[in-house]
Amino acid sequence: MTVTEPAETMTMVQAMNAALDLAMAQDEKVILLGEDIADPIGGVLKVTKGLSTKYGTARVRATPIAETGIVGAAVGAALGGYRPVAEIMFMDFLTVCLDQIVNHAAKLRYMSGGHTPVPLTIRTAVGTQRFGAQHCQNLEAWFMHVPGMKVVVPSNPADAKGLLAACIADDDPCLYVEHIGLAFTEKGEVPPGRHVVPLGSAHTVRAGTDVTVITYGMQVRNAVTAADSLAEQGISVEVIDLRSLVPLDLDTILASAERTRRAVIVHDAHTFCGPGAELAARINEELFGELLAPVLRVGAGYSPVPFSTALEFHPTPDRIRAAVLATVGR
Amino acid sequence: MTTVGSQLDNRTLLHMYRLMRTITTTGDRAAEEVKSGALASAFYPVRGLEGVCAALGAAMRVEDKLVSTYRSLGDAVAKGTSLRGILAEVYGRADGLCGGKGGPMHLHDQDVGYVTSTGVVGAGLPIAVGLGIAAQLDGAQRAVVTTFGDGATSIGAFHEAMNMAGLWKLPVVFVCQNNQWGEHTPIVEYAASTDLAGRATAYAMATVAVDGFDPIATYRVLDEACARARSGGGPTFVECRTYRLTGHSGSADYGYMPADELAAALARDPAPNFRAWLIESGQADESVLAEVDAEVDAEVADAFAFAQASPQPAPDQRYRHVFADATHIPAQGES
Ligand SMILES: Cc1ncc(C[n+]2csc(CCOP(=O)(O)OP(=O)(O)O)c2C)c(N)n1
Repeated sequence: MTVTEPAETMTMVQAMNAALDLAMAQDEKVILLGEDIADPIGGVLKVTKGLSTKYGTARVRATPIAETGIVGAAVGAALGGYRPVAEIMFMDFLTVCLDQIVNHAAKLRYMSGGHTPVPLTIRTAVGTQRFGAQHCQNLEAWFMHVPGMKVVVPSNPADAKGLLAACIADDDPCLYVEHIGLAFTEKGEVPPGRHVVPLGSAHTVRAGTDVTVITYGMQVRNAVTAADSLAEQGISVEVIDLRSLVPLDLDTILASAERTRRAVIVHDAHTFCGPGAELAARINEELFGELLAPVLRVGAGYSPVPFSTALEFHPTPDRIRAAVLATVGR
Repeated sequence: MTTVGSQLDNRTLLHMYRLMRTITTTGDRAAEEVKSGALASAFYPVRGLEGVCAALGAAMRVEDKLVSTYRSLGDAVAKGTSLRGILAEVYGRADGLCGGKGGPMHLHDQDVGYVTSTGVVGAGLPIAVGLGIAAQLDGAQRAVVTTFGDGATSIGAFHEAMNMAGLWKLPVVFVCQNNQWGEHTPIVEYAASTDLAGRATAYAMATVAVDGFDPIATYRVLDEACARARSGGGPTFVECRTYRLTGHSGSADYGYMPADELAAALARDPAPNFRAWLIESGQADESVLAEVDAEVDAEVADAFAFAQASPQPAPDQRYRHVFADATHIPAQGES
């Protein structure tokens, strides 16, 4: 007899906790490393809460404040047959351990001619302008630029669980980015038990016919808000949530843009040299003759993240709306 | 040479001599090939470290793991990696250990526990810590050894890794191949204290300094450190004091090295000195060693010929092994 448990409504944090819990229960090779991740604190965002109590501090290892050491040890543990999940408190601190990520995790499979894979997940957080310029940078474009790294950004609890499960099971190093702005406020139904969202599968959040908005993470919510209000003006917007930036689901992007013939890319990262630059170029290359308007980008301005929220910085529904209106010539 | 050498069994001593002679001969030949232009590669000679490498080779078991550096030849030979595979990789050829994608700074040979090597100074130490965690969790009686130069002791990763290893009592042996030079800078000009073993005591682990020109003394220290690691006794820091007998890289000059220092070090050149000692102490007679020498010379010649005859990797290899699944590559070709 199979019992289908009902989907449960939970936050992103609870969904990620559930993914880690299940992964650790199912595979003893899954181990966690990071600052403050053990109980009672259970991590800065409480994503690992309860896990050290359940699985022991040998598998859930609270580390010294040593990012190079954490990621390097995770690389080594991966080489030793484990599937480590390393937590780097904030994305900004990836700069401290860039060597281990870029030169080691990402390249070892390649440099060894396929003999030395690194099945490693690095979880990290972005968001909240409240902490100022050294705690909220969106650096995902840096890692997209490193062959060998996968880059994953969930926008809702179900994906948070399914994508994290996919990262842990993946045989390559994955960077999994959690937005603090979504962590506690974004609630949704999450399938019980094992739930995997394949990397490289974009999700069409909202169907539309006039303009394609391509986005991920925190900006999915703003894009949907913008699309809802544009619908009232008779403009039909399709919203695509990429979910992973590498691998990239270019097929879904191009199929949509080919239909709507207009595209806007939205992200929290700086517009200049951001992920949108690559996406716009690819759409342009493939669909030059089909497009009715230039592909537009909405991203962060070219400054460090200002502390004051008065210095508007990240894309807002209004800015997304304006870009969409510009592509339809209104 | 330490007098206790006679207590080491004769087979181990001969094995160590063979390793040293192989490393010296291969290194000298590679340096020649670089100088003549036949080998277009950055190559970091290991001359001066042969005794340390041989001691390591004798102390480590196949199941022990090794994380090495760009100065990788001696470690790889000592760990038991095939010389043909090493040299084909040094030449960037299809038959290399990594299919020509790694090169001399990035040898990998999982079959013999030569896990990886790094071109980034000091980066191997945290990776060894992770392998140590894996060994500890496995409950395995396995040592993880990582080699690095004296210069690496200045970098942050060194301190982070040593602290973690000390904190978690990991089965890691940190082997500092102290050749007194960081590229062109002598140790006295970059280290506040040149007592590197002393520095390691701050991380709650066993630390030893040993004369790296003395293979037997070095073997004893490394053997004990590996045994300690395997039995759950925690990490050890071993400072092997040697001297670099060549320039930093295959083509670099060494005019900046004080002539008297270099001459004194050359007088202690590990392989020939060990050979002389083996005869003097009655461990081996000339004919046995001459036979080893001839075998080594033949093996080295064969490995170079093999490497030079090996084909270049096929162009379509370029996009293999970026990810496990090649369809995950977002863009292939020049775009
Ligand atoms: C992080 C980093 N900085 C600089 C270099 C350039 N570099 C290569 S070898 C070397 C000297 C290292 O000296 P040491 O650690 O004593 O090792 P040795 O070369 O003597 O074996 C330097 C500075 C590097 N490879 N990595």
